[in-house]
Amino acid sequence: MTERRFGPLAVVALPYAWLALFFLVPFLIVLKISFAETAIGIPPYTPLITPDLHLDLHAANYEFLTSDALYAFAYGNSVKFALICTFLALLLGYPMAYGIVRAPERWRGFLLMLVILPFWTSFLIRVYAWMGILSDNGLINQALIGLGLVSAPVKLLNNAFSVGLGMVYSYLPFMVLPLYAALEKLDPTLLEAAADLGCRPWRAFVRVTLPLSLPGIIAGSLLVFIPMCGEFVIPELLGGPGTLMIGKVLWDEFFSNHDWPVAASVAVAMLALLAIPIAMVRRLLQVDLP
Amino acid sequence: MINRLSGFLATMLVVGYVFLYVPIASLVIYSFNASRLVTVWAGFSLRWYGEVWRNEAITGAALNSVEIAVTAATGALILGTLAGYGLSRYRVFRGRALFGALATAPLVMPEVISGLSLLLLFVGLETTIGWPAGRGIGTIAAAHITLGTAYVTVVVESRLASFDRSLEEAALDLGARPWKVFAVITLPLIAPALIAGWLLAFTLSLDDLVIASFTSGPSSTTLPMEIFSSVRRGVSPQINALATLFLVTVTIIVLIAGQLIYRAPKLEAKAQES
Repeated sequence: MTERRFGPLAVVALPYAWLALFFLVPFLIVLKISFAETAIGIPPYTPLITPDLHLDLHAANYEFLTSDALYAFAYGNSVKFALICTFLALLLGYPMAYGIVRAPERWRGFLLMLVILPFWTSFLIRVYAWMGILSDNGLINQALIGLGLVSAPVKLLNNAFSVGLGMVYSYLPFMVLPLYAALEKLDPTLLEAAADLGCRPWRAFVRVTLPLSLPGIIAGSLLVFIPMCGEFVIPELLGGPGTLMIGKVLWDEFFSNHDWPVAASVAVAMLALLAIPIAMVRRLLQVDLP
Repeated sequence: MINRLSGFLATMLVVGYVFLYVPIASLVIYSFNASRLVTVWAGFSLRWYGEVWRNEAITGAALNSVEIAVTAATGALILGTLAGYGLSRYRVFRGRALFGALATAPLVMPEVISGLSLLLLFVGLETTIGWPAGRGIGTIAAAHITLGTAYVTVVVESRLASFDRSLEEAALDLGARPWKVFAVITLPLIAPALIAGWLLAFTLSLDDLVIASFTSGPSSTTLPMEIFSSVRRGVSPQINALATLFLVTVTIIVLIAGQLIYRAPKLEAKAQES
């Protein structure tokens, strides 16, 4: 049958070439430029191959990254925020996903749609919405002052709280969807059997539901953790000096300092951190496809 | 016992949905506020919608965004359909593992990395072969095609995974040529998924700030870039009005796309009955 169809090459040649040019090659260039020297000019970096065909590698950018405490702080902050917020998203997302699975069947599609919809509606706008709620004259402070609970506005914006809130809020749908997919496959008769054998619901949850939903927990956590590590918009709009993250450092190196080689080495360092989680997500996504 | 669990889950669902929708609702409500202060209610007004309409920076950026999104979605549809079809139908070919990785990795790659690397590619190409001459709408569209292709690939691949191939095989047995089978049978059956993929790629492009900021040029500000630069200066009711218009547009697109993905298997069943 196969030989009567098109050859695979004829079908995939065009997307293959496109993705190689616009996805694979750019990474090699980033890697290359991260070893170049900063120079005044356009583009602002030295060529890697000198006219006498001598490979001119500079590890200076990486030395710079390790010598300046700012980068280590931002790097550590990114991982810390991403880990904590992934866990918080799991704490909120798991019961939500389980609740949707246990809801009457005619509601399930609608409830799921309600989770998917914010995921597709502008990220930037959803982060902006929190600025209006958390600012000094925002909704929460107005309510607190109106109720006489506080006399001066509580500082809710531009700190770790607002960044964490924004991260959990923005990435919650990424967590709920894989958890839902895993919990939906769970056979309810297993829980009935456990109950018949005298197992208490809490114990049945820990011994049956939780282990069987582990693939969903891992997939959801990775899908949330990876973009959180590289997040730029949230620390920029909701964060302050104490919540500097690596995505914002990369942005500032590039747009404010115009230091392309350092921006490239920040990207390589970020990728080194995320390579294993990204590879794991790809495996999980592939297993999902029959 | 069971009831206590259900009660807890129902409570968490309510908490979760309130958490997801209250910020969006407050944004929409205050877009109709007559006061310049975003959070002090001073009566219903459409004033800010009028100001958005008369703001040429915003309308110009919106036109740029739509132009880029249409180009990007169309390019991503073509490339993603080919890639999804290839990955789904040919389980073994040389370089398949790399191709699969390239097709889906943009989905999970942090945007700052994709943006920076694409910019460096464009600059490198310009200095070596003189193309693209400068950055602008074209380079943003190329970047968005790459991102959108990944989404269309996944939609098409998962659609074809649940595809009953007996219709295709019957046509082939009756002597139809492969490209004709693809055009007359496969394509119409997966058409809803293709439209959904196009709409998702369109939305993704319309929504993107980070990659567009890296790959844009001086005269190609997109709508998210315009919103971002004004949001950095603080909250403004005009942005609330613009955000509301944006949310309504994107919600309609997503609902249509969702319907199409959901309805697709039903259409196939219908085709088989007739």
